[in-house]
Amino acid sequence: MRRTFLLEVVMIAAAVAFLFPVYALVTLSLKDPAQLSQTPLALPNPPTGDNFAKAWSAAALGPSLVNSTVITVVSLVALIGLGSFAAYFLARAHTRLGYGLYVLFLLGIVLPFQLGMIPLYRLVTDLGLIGTHAGMILFYTGIQLPFTVFLYTGFIRALPREYASAAQIDGASHLTAFTRVVFPLLRPITGTVLILNAVFIWNDFFTPLLYLGGSGFETVPVSVFSFVGQYVSDYGLVFAGLVMGALPIVLVFLVLQRYVIKGFSSGLKG
Amino acid sequence: MIRRFSALSPSWLFAAPALLVYAVVVLYPSVAGVLYAFTDWSGIGEGMSFVGLANFQAILDDEQAMGSLGNTLLLTLAVVIVQNGVGLLLALGVHAKLRSRALLRVVFFAPVVVSPVMVAFLWKYVYNPDPSAGLNGLLGLEVDWLGDPSVALWSIAGMVVWQYAGYSMVIFLAGLEGIPAELHEAAMIDGAGPLQRFRYVTWPLLAPALTINLMLSTIGGLKLFDQVFAATNGGPGYATETLSTVLYKQAFVFGKFGYSTAIALVLALFVAAVSLVQISYLRSREVAQ
Repeated sequence: MRRTFLLEVVMIAAAVAFLFPVYALVTLSLKDPAQLSQTPLALPNPPTGDNFAKAWSAAALGPSLVNSTVITVVSLVALIGLGSFAAYFLARAHTRLGYGLYVLFLLGIVLPFQLGMIPLYRLVTDLGLIGTHAGMILFYTGIQLPFTVFLYTGFIRALPREYASAAQIDGASHLTAFTRVVFPLLRPITGTVLILNAVFIWNDFFTPLLYLGGSGFETVPVSVFSFVGQYVSDYGLVFAGLVMGALPIVLVFLVLQRYVIKGFSSGLKG
Repeated sequence: MIRRFSALSPSWLFAAPALLVYAVVVLYPSVAGVLYAFTDWSGIGEGMSFVGLANFQAILDDEQAMGSLGNTLLLTLAVVIVQNGVGLLLALGVHAKLRSRALLRVVFFAPVVVSPVMVAFLWKYVYNPDPSAGLNGLLGLEVDWLGDPSVALWSIAGMVVWQYAGYSMVIFLAGLEGIPAELHEAAMIDGAGPLQRFRYVTWPLLAPALTINLMLSTIGGLKLFDQVFAATNGGPGYATETLSTVLYKQAFVFGKFGYSTAIALVLALFVAAVSLVQISYLRSREVAQ
């Protein structure tokens, strides 16, 4: 018992040290310029919300939140639809084709996106999709499919075949058996796919900088990046922008966090 | 019976839409990238000719590119060792029956969900050279964390470890939760102390989690871009330049698209080689257990 108590104290101390950057982030965002320079590490006294109001308009956070939301949500729907569908075939077909396609998809986890970066940029330009939501959605769906397919395939392999077979013997088509019977059983792994892909897509910086920079359709990280560039020395203002830019995805994570560990557990078994 | 069984297996058409998108976004551009690496394409117009291995020869003669290769390998090594070490300790800590363990898990994982470019800006403040602010103010130091060329690369590594130690923790935790409690009880009855139980029960059974963690952190380290781009942009001098920042600059600042994809191909080969070695070595270790 005493050892558990000691461990608890050590872990909490580690967590407090670990949170120092977050403490700096929150307290600095609530300070006026005088407090920032005189008492950088103290608690804000009194706290001020001015930085938040100023950062919201200076970083154009409203429009970029809309852009990020549209791109993330549509990409997630596409990833869950296409990924679960493909994984159903890959997990169930014990043929050479099924195995070959599975390996082909896994290759995408290892390949650095930089290898195809320039040809893809050219392709997206030729398709007239630079500076559009559609271009970004296509990109995220393609780039995250390998990881999504990997998670779904592992999970479906561990599911008994009998559910779908029973439905099919009763006369359901493959499509009906999948959408009505199998897909609802995939809920836990769909939660994992949702949260991990949402984190990646919402936070991605480089590709939207390249594809959306200057288009007026910038996502949150790109807007924050250019905003920080303008107000680089005003940490109160910059940190208020960072807090608001990170908040939506942190909230989504807090709601869905139980799926994170579950998803990894099933991945390790699969 | 066999015919019947295969009639119950879904058709490959289920995989066709995903395959199409994957081919357009990943496969075709990657293959084209390999080809561009052997050309002198400038990115403007169609004019390009095959130049054989000239781009690779140029990489060997390019001090900046070779320096960035060294930086990338050092950074990756530091991140892999420290991130997985810290991640394992955290996982062992929050796996124990602590009252605060649910909260601790959320705290340690939280930085993973924040955009790397935003984490870099936050750490730019933490690494402030001002002795009264940031990490210096907290520890009473006067280090120019990102401005001193001999320190900057390790500062970047520290920031990356802070962000992703929670990711390693969660994967180790999933591994720990898969170890049956009976094995620990049996070892305890046999008189094994905590260290012996870790060495002979926990550690061997963590092999699959270790494989995944080492692979993910190695690949992540080799490809690192956002954090460096936002925190130092490769500086001071070329002290924190990585393969990813160099290939970005060669393409979008200097317009050398052919040369840039050659660097990307070198990066891809490193990632592939490391993944292959890790998979074959670590898998054989898993089987041997």
